[in-house]
Amino acid sequence: MITTSGLSKVYRSRGREVTALDGVDLHVREGEVFGVIGQSGAGKSSLIRCINLLERPTAGTVTVDGQDLTALAGRGPRAGRELRRARSRIGMVFQHFNLLSSRTVQDNVELPLEILGKSGRQRSAKALELLDLVGLADKASAYPAQLSGGQKQRVGIARALAGDPKVLLSDEATSALDPETTRSILQLLRDLNRQLGLTVLLITHEMDVVKSVCDSAALMEKGRIVESGTVSELLATPGSELAAALFPIGGEATGDDRTVVDVTFHGDAATQPVISQLSRTYNIDISILGAAIDTVGGLQVGRMRIELPGRYEDNVVPIGFLREQGLQIDVLGSDATPALVKEGAK
Amino acid sequence: MTWSEMQPLLSQACWDTLYMVGWSTVIAVVGGLPLGLLLVLTDKGGLLQNVVANKVIGQIVNIARSMPFIILMVALMTFTRWITGTTIGREAAIVPLAIGAIPFFARLVEMSVREVDSGLVEAVQSMGGSTWKVVRSVLVPEALPSLISGTTTTVIALIGYSAMAGTVGAGGLGDIAIRYGYQRFETGLMWITVAILAVVISVLQFAGDFAARSLHRRTGRSAGLLLFRPLRGVFAGTAAADAVRKG
Repeated sequence: MITTSGLSKVYRSRGREVTALDGVDLHVREGEVFGVIGQSGAGKSSLIRCINLLERPTAGTVTVDGQDLTALAGRGPRAGRELRRARSRIGMVFQHFNLLSSRTVQDNVELPLEILGKSGRQRSAKALELLDLVGLADKASAYPAQLSGGQKQRVGIARALAGDPKVLLSDEATSALDPETTRSILQLLRDLNRQLGLTVLLITHEMDVVKSVCDSAALMEKGRIVESGTVSELLATPGSELAAALFPIGGEATGDDRTVVDVTFHGDAATQPVISQLSRTYNIDISILGAAIDTVGGLQVGRMRIELPGRYEDNVVPIGFLREQGLQIDVLGSDATPALVKEGAK
Repeated sequence: MTWSEMQPLLSQACWDTLYMVGWSTVIAVVGGLPLGLLLVLTDKGGLLQNVVANKVIGQIVNIARSMPFIILMVALMTFTRWITGTTIGREAAIVPLAIGAIPFFARLVEMSVREVDSGLVEAVQSMGGSTWKVVRSVLVPEALPSLISGTTTTVIALIGYSAMAGTVGAGGLGDIAIRYGYQRFETGLMWITVAILAVVISVLQFAGDFAARSLHRRTGRSAGLLLFRPLRGVFAGTAAADAVRKG
């Protein structure tokens, strides 16, 4: 649905060049919720603004719903009619809501419809329908200043949907909200994604956002996509930073002659009593250093960090047993896998 | 001089001042609003970015702004005669008053519009809105309380300018104060004109503040220029006149 290839953005100011995007190839499938996560300054904002060409990419192409937007852009900084029409089919929600304070809630939602040239009656019917959809039918004549943060973002979402877009871009939509409100807004995005078949591309710096709504995710660092894939693919990738960050578990080895192993369960394996089988079969004592079970992207996933007595060489057979059970095994400290626990992962 | 002698003079003068200030305010708003918007839009990073146009407009506005009004008035005499057919009287005074006030108001518009959150502009662009739509639905309505404050400031400054126009035969309260109060030592009449000006300015300032604040209250945001409004109440007249004189 959204494809970027070789997308680059270089900012020039006073002779200095800052590369915000460095050859980003992104592919967002139709109907999925795709999260791009990264620290501030990683280039997320530039990326999402390049998708609807609020920022002109320096190089590369952006295709949304089969239409090459970069070809529509023209040379000048101004957006031509074609590009503006394409933008009206891409909804966007913002971190700071960006509602017009001089207009009522209903008039804010009608704004995109005015741009599309809809008649007054069509506009108000559509606006009221959308406000009902986001649960704010009773606030139609209120001004944004009278609403809470969560309500403002609901209005922002209703406004973004007014042009019946197939794609919704979310620029840190929940970053200015408290955890409770964040959950309800994410739930709303998830519902809209399911009900309307809306493709959502969201950028965030919060791992929880990716964890609770995304089907796919990409990790961005210094203007590049470092890792990308569906959540289950990422969890199945040994040494995936994103997977470790999505699912952090702690715990240090208690001594030198110990082997610490991270076990990731998903799918059927999650329901098998593998640890007690391991203990009985090989007659070894296993200590559990940390464990968690969570739902990531709608999948139940468990992760456990266990400690086996003896060095890695002594434990090749039990580890082989775990692998045979269809579990994903990462042995910490061995050369085979890079460090899993990223600092500040959560 | 008795009240019955003063009364017709004063009412005519009040009407003349109102007439001059009223029309020149209308022209200043009609001319200054687009000019102020252009200053913002053509600036670097603006929607109609055009460095050359921005420099040219900015320079014209600066020169006109820094010109002492009394000089501007004299300098424009040929132009005034070309437009109105005369250089004397209230109609003739409107020409330099309006031309002096356009750049003044344009700068105030520029300040107000710059305070509009750029995120709102981005939002309308993301919906496919044109530059014109951005101006109409975002820049002007969102800056409105601040624009109203700017208009109040302009009207009060124009009252100050109009007193100076009075010295070259435009009529109005300034003319009365100078011809009778200064040249004929009619101190009583002079104090009455001062009192009338003080009342008029206070009422205007109050009305402007009220309009801006009631909009502000409805929409619940800070109304920019309200905060550092330099002119207030009774002192506004003298402050404005001083500012104009210092030019």
